[in-house]
Amino acid sequence: MDLAFFGVQLLNGLQYGLLLFLIASGLTLIFGIMGIINLAHGAMYMIGAYLVYDLTMRLGNFWLAIVIAIPIAIVLGLIIERLFLDTLYKRDHLYQVLLTFGLILVLNEAQRIIWGGDVHSVPVPAPFDASLQLTDNLQYSVYRLFVMGVCLALAGAIYWVIRHTRLGIIIRAGAVNRDMVEGLGINVRTLFTLIFSVGVALTAFAGMIAAPLTSIAPGMGDSILITCFVVVVIGGIGSIKGAFWGAILIGMAETFGSVLIPSLASMVIYLIMAAVLLVKPRGLFA
Amino acid sequence: MLHSYPKRVTFIMLALTAIVATFPLWGASVFGSQSDFILEKLTLMLILALFAMSLDLLVGIVGLVSLGHALFFGLGAYTLALASPDFSPASLWWMLPLVAAVAAVAALVVGVLVIRTKGIFFIMTTLAFGQMLFYLISTSSFTGSTDGIFIMFRPSLTVGETALLNLDDPRTFFYFCLGMLVAGYLFLRWLTRSYFGQVLDGIHDNEHRMQALGYATGSYKLIAFVIAGIMAGIAGMLAAMQYGFANPAQLGWHTSGEVLIMLILGGMGTIFGPILGAFAYEILLFVFEHLTTHWPILMGLTIIVAVLVLPRGIAGLITAPPGKAELLKASLLRRLAKGGRKPRTDAHPHQAVMPKGRAES
Repeated sequence: MDLAFFGVQLLNGLQYGLLLFLIASGLTLIFGIMGIINLAHGAMYMIGAYLVYDLTMRLGNFWLAIVIAIPIAIVLGLIIERLFLDTLYKRDHLYQVLLTFGLILVLNEAQRIIWGGDVHSVPVPAPFDASLQLTDNLQYSVYRLFVMGVCLALAGAIYWVIRHTRLGIIIRAGAVNRDMVEGLGINVRTLFTLIFSVGVALTAFAGMIAAPLTSIAPGMGDSILITCFVVVVIGGIGSIKGAFWGAILIGMAETFGSVLIPSLASMVIYLIMAAVLLVKPRGLFA
Repeated sequence: MLHSYPKRVTFIMLALTAIVATFPLWGASVFGSQSDFILEKLTLMLILALFAMSLDLLVGIVGLVSLGHALFFGLGAYTLALASPDFSPASLWWMLPLVAAVAAVAALVVGVLVIRTKGIFFIMTTLAFGQMLFYLISTSSFTGSTDGIFIMFRPSLTVGETALLNLDDPRTFFYFCLGMLVAGYLFLRWLTRSYFGQVLDGIHDNEHRMQALGYATGSYKLIAFVIAGIMAGIAGMLAAMQYGFANPAQLGWHTSGEVLIMLILGGMGTIFGPILGAFAYEILLFVFEHLTTHWPILMGLTIIVAVLVLPRGIAGLITAPPGKAELLKASLLRRLAKGGRKPRTDAHPHQAVMPKGRAES
């Protein structure tokens, strides 16, 4: 493996890791603050990708499609939170698992009814539909660099909100002791709705910007969900920092794993997870 | 969990068992040519009931919500498929212990890692380990990758040269599975009432207190995890015998989710509930599949409704029949009050009060 090839894999791993971070950050926020385990998180990633595919086909403009799709995703998140999760906050995790599992079945099948079982793709949008010539036979897609930039910017924004705003203080306090925050007169109910909608929107947005890079297929949310669970377990529940480093680690491990040891690639991330659990059962940053 | 059931539970379960057990006698006259198919479905339900019951030991009794229980189910199926000779039936005399041993070792290895975690972490790590084996098996060539493996011969049960049971006969296999289910039920009933089961119950109520009393709760949980794994492995072996193949889908996380749904439909922590749940789930599945090709949407909505309005499942309906408006609350309070009267929860009245206060707030 020469240096240029190594570099490309490094970039791929980074890009994949950053995308994973967008999804995992929503998951970890919803876990950490609301105490809700949301299996339907992956389905929202899929919905995001399909929304953008559909709207791009109708409108002929990828960017316009994203602008319209984001509010739709937020509204969907609001509906799910108000309609289904509201009654579950005080119940055992088991019921959350089952209810969101039911949601997966409904959302996956709704996707089949609306968009069918075919595999789709979205063309890489202008002005990023070019690629950089790295060496004679190695190119790198500009769109991938753009995705990286967007993810990094969002990660920075999340970090800023959590570290330097009043809302961030409430969120951090909520992750540590929810009852105390409520006792201090903060409307936790509104906070939950906000967190859930933002989390769902982040995931759906990840699906949207990933659409030109992946094949849009039924069930695409299920596999990414499990990977993000591994990310969150490694990073530590409720920790945005943990989600970030966990996502980068898993992104790299999966990318390099599939290049270096293809036969074991699908196992690598679970082996990492097992190793982390042995040393730190509550995750690296918990 | 419930330690003594109302009499009607015994009555209803015995009546249902009698109806199912005598199906080969009356099936043909009621369902005609369909009865062979229904017998196969019933056999599958019996196997899934055993699977769901094994999960109840973890979820309902110990309070460990596992979303990776299909790992052991699939492992049982694959152990049978891989260990069966190509051109002759395997003997169940060594296949059953082998499946149990493989499942036990796997449960021990996974258990040591996951028992260290709690709550959401436990759910996610069991899910992740289940998926780990799923990806290993669905990408390896020796396990037939995504196609799985066909099992050409059902294992036989012979003494010397004579066949004890001809398991190839659907009717005999049906009774064999029924026997396994009853044995599994009696075992779990005995286990939950034993000293070991009482400790598990205590861990469910308050693990810290059990630790303070000097119990190595981790070991108890690990043993329960291994027992549940062995039972799920045996159920998986039976399922593979019934289907005639082992397939990666049998150990995917959707299977783990489905068995959890059977548990909640039937009523967890009751041992007999999951049996009802497995039957209810399979019957619903059968009906929905015949109604529409988009059956998952109906199943999904059913699950959501069941979680919202029937958290204690069918067993809850039997043990505490509806009639009062505050049925759920009442049954919860009664359960807590009963828990307070038990000798070992006597020492900590706060525990019985706290959840009640939270439910009222």
